[in-house]
Amino acid sequence: MKFTKDHEWIKKEGKYAYIGITDYAQQQLGDIVYVDLAEEDLVLQQGDVLCAVESVKTAAEVFMPVSGRVIEANHELEESPEKINENPYEAYLAKITIDDETELDELMTEDEYNQFLESEAE
Amino acid sequence: MKTTPLTSVHESLRARMVDFGGFYMPVQYTSIIEEHNAVRNQAGIFDVSHMGEITVKGKDAIRYIYNLVTNDISTIADNQIMYSPMCYEHGGCVDDLLIYKNNDEDFLIIANASNTDKDYEWMLNQAKGYDVVISNESDKYGQIALQGPQAQYILQQLTKTDLDGIAFYRFKNDVIIDGVNTIVSRTGYTGEDGFEIYMKASDTEKLFRKFMELGAMPCGLGARDTLRFESALPLYGHELSDKITPLNAGLKNFVKLDKNGFIGQKALIEQNEKGVDIRSAGLEMVDKGIARNGYEVFNDKDEKIGYVTSGSTCPSLNKNCALALITTEYTKAGTFVYVDIRGKKVKAVTVKKPFYNKKYKR
Repeated sequence: MKFTKDHEWIKKEGKYAYIGITDYAQQQLGDIVYVDLAEEDLVLQQGDVLCAVESVKTAAEVFMPVSGRVIEANHELEESPEKINENPYEAYLAKITIDDETELDELMTEDEYNQFLESEAE
Repeated sequence: MKTTPLTSVHESLRARMVDFGGFYMPVQYTSIIEEHNAVRNQAGIFDVSHMGEITVKGKDAIRYIYNLVTNDISTIADNQIMYSPMCYEHGGCVDDLLIYKNNDEDFLIIANASNTDKDYEWMLNQAKGYDVVISNESDKYGQIALQGPQAQYILQQLTKTDLDGIAFYRFKNDVIIDGVNTIVSRTGYTGEDGFEIYMKASDTEKLFRKFMELGAMPCGLGARDTLRFESALPLYGHELSDKITPLNAGLKNFVKLDKNGFIGQKALIEQNEKGVDIRSAGLEMVDKGIARNGYEVFNDKDEKIGYVTSGSTCPSLNKNCALALITTEYTKAGTFVYVDIRGKKVKAVTVKKPFYNKKYKR
């Protein structure tokens, strides 16, 4: 699993990859009440808006950690968006195919992300 | 950033703290929805010590306030409270206030936290020719809002004063709560029954902890906002501002246009006679999405008709709603409008306010 500075995670499984938001992100947002799901079959560049996650207080955009095509949005979240609060690393937002796997190398490892969070807190 | 007498309590409870209008305040302790539901179903306590307290005393106090605000202060009794907008000459709002009347020569005015300094200066500038002494006492007071159907049950355990004797929008001085001298009013900003309690800053922590012990859940600004929003209570800076008149905001009941003179009267009479072109309307989202403050609102011809002033999910109603300032012709309940949410036009319908029926004890 790799991480971005915008608090997304991406996990590669076979020819697909799953994208979600980190535990830190869900904590910051608080109770998540709605997910404006990604549009399926859309081709997006690294850094493009993938979808939006809304808590009681605010709406947060989720960005593509790498370039690729949206294969499937996690429709389970339409009914139970709170799954992101409960288990942010299981409740993925979208399943994608990656265009260029070398883009993954630019992202942070778990250790690097934890260090990044610590440096942000200071 | 300013702190309140309860800042260390919030930190010990590990609340998420934010800058709110220059005050370091808790936005949530556990979960906004949990805190919201506690107030609707049991009881919650809020640190509202950031609110401003301004006293007006002197021979001309009642005459001065009569001129200062849009509502008619001459109609209330001692120990009664009146809600009123306070306007500029052009009709826009300086603030919206609660005015506590001790007697004709002694009033306590509660101002919105971030407006207190501005209000105080404005009030001083309007005092010429009146025999009044105006004083900003905000730092001396702590304030706790105890709200919810269990509020009276909890408070009554700590005082000999019969709380049934304090009716809606009435208050009592020198109420002794667990040994602490307080002012207690049956007011609030949640749509539930409840009390707002004023005490010396140094006594605030003791009472806050006591209310917690008796089962009141600490609630942050997040729940305060969803609760007031469901009840369609205006929030300065959103539904009211220096550019939004009380008539735009749908507060005509609190503007006595036929009064014998008050600041802003001329402009408000003119607006009322010409017709109020934009008004605050309640919207319920028909299609999926949450309208947020600032999002634009369109009619079915894709013409812009206004913007959202507050929008949220309504935890008690399982709906997404919004308050929007839109062209008057679209405010009639049942009109379809469209909110631009991240570039998508999402369908909504105007509905009667409030979204949640208030449970006040009259």
